[in-house]
Amino acid sequence: MALLEVKELGISFGGLRAVDDFHMTIEQGELYGLIGPNGAGKTTVFNLLTGVYKPTDGYILLDGENITGKKTIEINQHGIARTFQNIRLFNELTVKDNVKVGLHNHHTYSTLTGILRLPKYYKVEKEMDERAMELLKVFDLDGEADYKASNLPYGKQRKLEIARALATDPKLLLLDEPAAGMNPQETQELMNTIRFVRDEFHMTILLIEHDMKLVSGICEKLTVLNFGQILTEGETSEVLNDPKVITAYLGE
Amino acid sequence: MKMKALSKNTKSNLITYGMVILAYVVMEILTRAGMVSSLLQGLLVPLCTYVILAVSLNLVVGISGELSLGHAGFMCVGAFASAFFSNYTKEAITVSGLRFFLALLIGAAVAALFGFLIGIPVLRLRGDYLAIVTLAFGEIIKNVINVIFLGHDSKGFHISFKDAFSMNMEPDGEVLINGPQGITGTPHDSSFLIGIILILITLFIVINMVNSRTGRAIMAIRDNRIAAESVGIHITKYKLLAFTVSASLAGVAGVLYAHNLSTLAAQPKNFGYNMSIMILVFVVLGGIGNIRGSIIAAVVLTLLPELLRSLNDYRMLMYAIVLIATMIFTSSPGGQAFRERYSLKVLFGQKKQEKEAE
Repeated sequence: MALLEVKELGISFGGLRAVDDFHMTIEQGELYGLIGPNGAGKTTVFNLLTGVYKPTDGYILLDGENITGKKTIEINQHGIARTFQNIRLFNELTVKDNVKVGLHNHHTYSTLTGILRLPKYYKVEKEMDERAMELLKVFDLDGEADYKASNLPYGKQRKLEIARALATDPKLLLLDEPAAGMNPQETQELMNTIRFVRDEFHMTILLIEHDMKLVSGICEKLTVLNFGQILTEGETSEVLNDPKVITAYLGE
Repeated sequence: MKMKALSKNTKSNLITYGMVILAYVVMEILTRAGMVSSLLQGLLVPLCTYVILAVSLNLVVGISGELSLGHAGFMCVGAFASAFFSNYTKEAITVSGLRFFLALLIGAAVAALFGFLIGIPVLRLRGDYLAIVTLAFGEIIKNVINVIFLGHDSKGFHISFKDAFSMNMEPDGEVLINGPQGITGTPHDSSFLIGIILILITLFIVINMVNSRTGRAIMAIRDNRIAAESVGIHITKYKLLAFTVSASLAGVAGVLYAHNLSTLAAQPKNFGYNMSIMILVFVVLGGIGNIRGSIIAAVVLTLLPELLRSLNDYRMLMYAIVLIATMIFTSSPGGQAFRERYSLKVLFGQKKQEKEAE
């Protein structure tokens, strides 16, 4: 059974059909890419998958469970985590606390326990600290754990977002343009990190990206979106050589 | 590095607690030595009230990031609920400590209930709109309390929204809440010591809450609502929690306030929007989100007009100048640069920092 199965997904904003008849099947452990020109509806697909928008039609199955039309936090609890195209960190919190917010639903104690500082508070906070540092180490951020998130350089902010998403222990990770604004060297480093995350956490990853080097370098399968509809899909090498994709998106 | 940050945070909190205790000890010594004027002595309990209000409002404005202008309303609710209770049980419970403790619980609970009920619709709004609506709710609470007449006689409780006579009480009846005249004869159960203890309890609740899973969730929502939702944080729950706890602590301040006065009436002066704005001024001047700053601002801005009383006409002018100077000093780029260059930390602590860096 596929991890993610999307069928006939569509959404209209008034008269505008932003996404139409979208389908997608992602197997466990796959690295899947979603590409297409600006305004094709890629981020809208992400927003549909994560419950930011409610689809007008179609359905979404995650690990066999129907999650269509559920709320964002429910979908996160079902196992989809995401990063954002324009970085959305908790800027005033420390790097470590950003990750600890991601651990919120996995290491719990009540508000009262927190106020009264019962033994459970210290135990769970310690677990959280350890887990957060583990995750930060993966992204080479452990040295900056006590920095304010907004003080991190751009590339590291992107990484922190991924670390925070992973903290929620997802089955499927959605990355919205992870390499946006990165220089070639940072992009190369990011590709290694993404591959590492997939192998180390046995993660399934769906990503939106414009950087063709990154896409052809790490994605195993691709779906190309154009004007809200699927242009083509399949193995990365086939898709990127498809004449239709070249005219619509890549250019001669 | 991890440990250092942790201890830094704890140290800062300990300084805050220590500051409050020190203030109490100093005042106590000065009072014993007879160096405190009766005017200042009369100010001590209201001062504690303002500190609690400022700290609790900081939970909403600084930590939760929502501008609320109805804080005096919650204080009003707490004050009236507890004063009513104390008046009613004046004869039944003669131990003032126990009575005050129960009054405290009631005041906090009723204010929390109001905070919760008002929070449900109000927290759907944001920014200026939230400020306007909370302002309105604060005024509504004050005005509703002004028209409540409540009495008790052999047949039980009577309530009216018109006047004391329409309650149709037996001749032995006693008016407990007398509309605009409020509640008279509340036992004088507050004291400076109780005020200080309540400040410490408030600090304990707010500081511990902020430095816990709950506080992180609240601050995450403040920093980025969409991202918080995407990692599974329940937005409404945590916003409402912060609002309710804050309202409840304002209720505690109200209890302290009410038991310091023999007559409690809901006037614009004590429970109107002027009061709400004043609390907000404490929070803003002390630094939004800075709990210790709120305490200092509340103390300084309450004492200042009184200490400058000898200057008569000029004192409000001085007050305004201090406000403006503080704002420039703390918030403007020039003021910040000045602070960085000449702060005590830099002048005395630089060597230490260098050592730590090594």
